[in-house]
Amino acid sequence: MRPADLVRFTYASVTAHRLRTGLTALGIAVGIAAVILLTSIGEGLHRFVIAEFTQFGTNLISVTPGRTQTHGASLGAVNTVRPLSIDDALALRRAPYVQVSDPIVQGNAEVVQGGKSRRVTLYGVGPDFARSLQMRVATGEFLPQDDPRAARAFVVLGSKVARELFGGGNPLGSRIRVGGDRYRVVGVMQSKGQVLGFDLDDTVYIPVGRALELFNRESLQEIHVNYEPTAPLAEVEEGIKRILIARHGTEDFTVTPQQKMLEVFGTVLDAITFAVAAIGGISLVVGGIGILTILTIAVAERTSEIGLLRALGATHRAILLLFLGEAALLAAIGGAAGLLAGWSIALVLQVALPALPVHVPWSYAALAELMAVGVGLAAGVLPARRAARLDPLEALRSE
Amino acid sequence: MIRLTGIERTFTVGGEQVHALRAVTLEIAQGESLSIMGPSGSGKSTLLNIIGLLDRPNAGTYELDRRDVTGLTDDELARVRREKIGFVFQFFHLVPRLTAAQNIELPMVLSGIDPAERARRVEQLLAEYGLTERSGHRPDQLSGGQCQRVAIARAMSMRPGVILADEPTGNLDRHTGQEVMGVLERLHQNGGTVVVVTHDPEIGARSHRRLRMIDGAVASDEKG
Repeated sequence: MRPADLVRFTYASVTAHRLRTGLTALGIAVGIAAVILLTSIGEGLHRFVIAEFTQFGTNLISVTPGRTQTHGASLGAVNTVRPLSIDDALALRRAPYVQVSDPIVQGNAEVVQGGKSRRVTLYGVGPDFARSLQMRVATGEFLPQDDPRAARAFVVLGSKVARELFGGGNPLGSRIRVGGDRYRVVGVMQSKGQVLGFDLDDTVYIPVGRALELFNRESLQEIHVNYEPTAPLAEVEEGIKRILIARHGTEDFTVTPQQKMLEVFGTVLDAITFAVAAIGGISLVVGGIGILTILTIAVAERTSEIGLLRALGATHRAILLLFLGEAALLAAIGGAAGLLAGWSIALVLQVALPALPVHVPWSYAALAELMAVGVGLAAGVLPARRAARLDPLEALRSE
Repeated sequence: MIRLTGIERTFTVGGEQVHALRAVTLEIAQGESLSIMGPSGSGKSTLLNIIGLLDRPNAGTYELDRRDVTGLTDDELARVRREKIGFVFQFFHLVPRLTAAQNIELPMVLSGIDPAERARRVEQLLAEYGLTERSGHRPDQLSGGQCQRVAIARAMSMRPGVILADEPTGNLDRHTGQEVMGVLERLHQNGGTVVVVTHDPEIGARSHRRLRMIDGAVASDEKG
């Protein structure tokens, strides 16, 4: 039998029972729509999270004090972790490929201006902080290039803090109290919005040395290192470690490149996408059972036709292919309808709920259609084999 | 040419052995017109099914066109049926969702014959059996006689050497039955081998050679 004739024959069989075909295909359609929709949301979430993390650039390395590892010594052993100091941060500027090295300490502080006070997130940072994170100053300037160990008492306000404390007025040059000390406002940041729940606009930035004093801390929380985007990551990491080990004597710090964090996020998010796709897959299996049922009925109904085809010289294989083709066609119709439905719903979701990240990659659509046909073929195997094994004479006699 | 030698066929029905055919030896020459008659249960349909390669004998040999077809596999048998045997059934056995033309085309589709050649033969057969006007009709839009003519056209589409008809008039009124027999006789006159199983003596008598079966054995074999 020619492939074109096979397709035409199965198409005629499938379209002979429109309602039945429609309902069976619906089962697959629901499954495919569910898979498409859930993976779209999963993929959208993936992209959303990655975008949130990479908005500050990807050539970042974070150095934090302490080292996560299992110690063999007892709890009473001497704590050998040395604090990360501002001098460490300055020393890292000499590491190969490093462009900026920012000491950072973060905490909460009360800011007071006139009669108003507000508790905000306070960042003690170096002068290059804004530039290295691609954050922009709306008015004034960011903290000046003072010696970070003895910087002047300047403060830069997040856009929300500026609005709350000064209303429409110009805060530049005003003096405010931050954690009890007086600071002069030298700049206001552009609004950055929220990142994963943190309001980046409800913040103030002061020189890191003053912040350490304010919090009465010895150690920085983190040193942010920016390196040349084209530099080999391993060498950059190596350079940072070499300098810090020379200063500390041991490796009592942790170097985390953002790329590694992204990889970890990627794996986690892929797992989530896969899990939701599997949930959608369950409904696809149910749809497959629908095909199995309807095809079993079709084989029973058309037993005498199968007998006729065998009498007219159809081989086992031809009968097998006819019914497998029918199963695949049913599933393909359902799959296409499901794709359309899932895609439409995804579009509606995008318009109706812009906050919910939805993304339908074309490769998923193609994959889903292939999957539908695969489910159809799997469901068709049993009935098709039953049809092919019928004895032609007995099949002819059944009416 | 068909040559059956010592054909035995037994069925097990309810634990009992039923001898449907006993040592049947029969030779049917190319271009013969043969009717097989006999009471029900005499084995005439079983004999036709064996000749049509739809059933296998328990013993004996069957030569079709000088080839021993007794030991062929199922798929080999299917190919031989496709090439050499045309079937006409009592209940027509047309595919209900296909048109008359598509039903006639079906054996050629199964054989993978070129579509252009198929269309040519279908048109010719439709004309030959007076079905041209009905070519786009489905079986439920055709009369019984028309259905059987479609079935005969279908049987002829692969130009087989033998036409086997099992009670071809059994489901038709007298007049239509005569008409269908006329069609089968024309096939015979054009050189085809036609084997008809019937319990209607009037139909059976129209054949040149008449076989009578009783209890699975050939009781009489008359010619002329």
